[in-house]
Amino acid sequence: MSTAAVAEHGTSHDDHGGGHGHTSTGLSNNKLAMWLFLGSECLLFGGLISTYMLYRGRHVKGPGPDQVFSIPYTSVSSFVLLMSSLTMVLAVAEAQKRNIDKAKLWMTVTAVLGATFVGGQVFEFTEFYRKGLGYTTSLFGSSFYTLTGFHGVHVTVGIIMLMATVGMLKSNKVPGDKAEVIELVGLYWHFVDIVWILIFTLVYLIPA
Amino acid sequence: MAIIEQPRTNVALPAGTGAPALVTPKEAKGMFARPVEPKGWRDWVFTVDHKKIGIMYGVVAFVFFIVGGLEAMLIRLQLAAPNGKVLSAEQYNQMFTMHATTMVFLFVMPMASAFANYFVPLQIGARDVAFPRINAFGLWTFVAGAIFVNLSWFLGGGADGGWFMYAPNSTKMFSPGHGVDFWAFGLQITGIASLTGAINLIVTCINMRAPGMSLFKMPIFTWMIMVVQFLLVFAMPVITVALFLLSFSRGFGGAFFDVKQGADPLLWQHLFWIFGHPEVYILVLPSFGIVSEVLPVFSRKPLFGYKFVAISGAAIGFVGWGVWAHHMFASGLGPISVLVFSMATMMIAVPTGVKIINWTLTMWGGKLRFTTAMLFAIGLIVEFTIGGLSGVTHAVAPSDTQQTDTYYIVAHFHYVLFGGAIFGLFSGFYYWWPKVFGRLLNERWGKANFWLMVIGMNLTFGPMHIVGLQGQPRRMYRYDESNVHARFWNAISTVGAFVLALGILCFIVNVVITHRSKNPAVKAPLDPWDARSLEWMTSNPPPAHNFDAIPTVHELDEFFHRKYAVDHETDEIKQIATAEQIMAEQMAHAEKDIHLPSPSYWPLVVSLSLPIIGFGVIYSHILIAVGALVTILGLFGWSMEPSVATKDDYEPPAPTDDAIKELTA
Ligand code: HEM
Repeated sequence: MSTAAVAEHGTSHDDHGGGHGHTSTGLSNNKLAMWLFLGSECLLFGGLISTYMLYRGRHVKGPGPDQVFSIPYTSVSSFVLLMSSLTMVLAVAEAQKRNIDKAKLWMTVTAVLGATFVGGQVFEFTEFYRKGLGYTTSLFGSSFYTLTGFHGVHVTVGIIMLMATVGMLKSNKVPGDKAEVIELVGLYWHFVDIVWILIFTLVYLIPA
Repeated sequence: MAIIEQPRTNVALPAGTGAPALVTPKEAKGMFARPVEPKGWRDWVFTVDHKKIGIMYGVVAFVFFIVGGLEAMLIRLQLAAPNGKVLSAEQYNQMFTMHATTMVFLFVMPMASAFANYFVPLQIGARDVAFPRINAFGLWTFVAGAIFVNLSWFLGGGADGGWFMYAPNSTKMFSPGHGVDFWAFGLQITGIASLTGAINLIVTCINMRAPGMSLFKMPIFTWMIMVVQFLLVFAMPVITVALFLLSFSRGFGGAFFDVKQGADPLLWQHLFWIFGHPEVYILVLPSFGIVSEVLPVFSRKPLFGYKFVAISGAAIGFVGWGVWAHHMFASGLGPISVLVFSMATMMIAVPTGVKIINWTLTMWGGKLRFTTAMLFAIGLIVEFTIGGLSGVTHAVAPSDTQQTDTYYIVAHFHYVLFGGAIFGLFSGFYYWWPKVFGRLLNERWGKANFWLMVIGMNLTFGPMHIVGLQGQPRRMYRYDESNVHARFWNAISTVGAFVLALGILCFIVNVVITHRSKNPAVKAPLDPWDARSLEWMTSNPPPAHNFDAIPTVHELDEFFHRKYAVDHETDEIKQIATAEQIMAEQMAHAEKDIHLPSPSYWPLVVSLSLPIIGFGVIYSHILIAVGALVTILGLFGWSMEPSVATKDDYEPPAPTDDAIKELTA
């Protein structure tokens, strides 16, 4: 359900009549909407994480977390994702200095790092599957794949948003304030990263 | 599929000037042209005007009110006499599930959206909502989801797990048909509509207020709507999670509710009610907002303790998050949790009581006018209070343990939902009909409508308290003739339901005769009720741009303060201007250059892609990919399209400003 809404706020410019500086509070409509959306997303992930935590250690068959997780591997991919937040910050900074070309470059780097993370996740999932953890195997399997899958989909949506923005900047089809569009994509991207830090800590690092 | 439209600016371009230099829509978009100024039905389908969207929300919601009402009538017919043969047990299960789902998600919520969409921008002096296309998207997504849920009737039977659809009872093992799948995905779709609508309206309330309108000068209806939207933003994602878990369990064999695998059946209950309790405030607060507008107008007094009402609304919204488990007292939560939730529940009665007192004191000493709108508002106070009192008895956990899953509960929530939410909405129909359609609904039919509904609802739901306390279980599909009490009171309930239906029929008749009537008296004057808030400071119905000049606000109840002032010598309130004079004043200062957002195809495209994904989840996974592709393409088209159409969207292209300047110079 989030997909539609994200791309919506990330790239649309509907704030007619109340553009920048004309709103009652001075905040931009798009940014306010993005913050509200992210607030809503907090509860989405809150629900999924709670489900995982409730079912921790309750599986009755199949491998458990300690039998499938490879902490060094996932640490590396988490690091990659964290770095992508850094490059996103750089992209936003360049955009605010009106260096749109450099911003496009950093956004591309961010997308590549994000794609590396998603690729790593796909590889990890196939590994787990080989070790006997299917989606239906156990409560652990179902809740783990659902939680991390949702996160993976969010990263993927973020990558699409980044690439779409880069493409639209190239062909000059971004209506409205370019720097703000980049900032909005950035907000979403950082949010998804923060969620991963939570997931990585709660799911991988704290032993069941 | 270029759609040929006339340019908006009718300046004839002499051949050879300007025109060739402009790009054609094809070149500009590489896709089909935008519906810039559509006519007829296309004017409605592609519109982004909050007023048209509000009306369409209302029409669709009312259709579902009738659907849900017919389902209720079938339930009551089945229970009219012992050993009912109208419905089989399976059909009965589907009927009450779909009745409740339809009433809650497809009638009350969207009807509140109808009012919110139409009146929030008008009440805060805005030209539209913050994101007009998201607004259109919300409408069509709701329509798509609503139809999707109801398609299950034709594709193997409706959902049958009760409106809260407890898992594991709703998993494949116990409900093998597709009903629950349609239900889960359909509500997922309407949830997207609610979420996007909520974000849109919050941004509108926060950012689009007319100059001078601080938060505490916002009309109370808008206040209540804002609280509701905050509840939606945070409640929808929780039900989203629950619905995903259910869908994944049913569709892909997820283990979430498989008790053999160690699953906890309380997981669903917690998720559902964390959403579900805020949801009941989502249903009732818009109606509270409506009556808080209606009572002052027809009492000729300001709302008593406006700030209290606003803040207690917010307080209800806040405390509403802490009481979900009072729906689960009988599920074995443990004594401490039960105690905590019991206390929290009693606490929430306080802000609700504050409202009832405020309304009563608003009427106290006022010059009351008993119009139909006012009667419905008073009806709400009375019936909701009855429902609230039986509600407090469930807050006492030991008492609730006796009542839970009996008809006592059914009685309680119909008093608060029918007596609260529905009465408020009807009050709003009568109060705002002249604003929306420029015609006054007939008062005689209105009074018949009101009295039949009041009598009907008390006859229907009143006896349910009695049979409930005598132990008649909820969701019971028939009973045998040996139970004399049950026979008597159930028969009364069914009679009551028909009286109620007659009342609603009066409303429909009223609408038809009002709109058929050629009598000039049905035409609404500019300010038919001597109203107080901004939405009345424009024509009936308002022009597309709402206000000729955006008013500057100095007071709460701005319109009232422009009409009346205190005469310092006599200390009396005197009229200083008529509504007509205020309108004329506005027109004199009309703003010239108003850019309204333009219609668009994209919201519709994206909305329609969602049920495709839904069919994919249920029947064939290939369709998921097809639907997702359409979604993504739609979003691309959308994000590249500016909110306000550019000149080259017109066919032939509208002349540029320079060209016009040249020509008019
Ligand atoms: C038109 C008048 C209505 C009548 C005659 C009516 C009648 C009924 C009856 C008899 C039941 C109990 C079914 C059972 O437990 O076996 C029921 C259930 C229910 N009704 Fe209504 N109702 C009406 C309107 C509404 C409205 C307006 C709403 C909500 C806004 C509503 C919400 C519900 C809910 C939530 C349930 C519980 C269903 C469940 O057990 O899952 N009803 N209704």
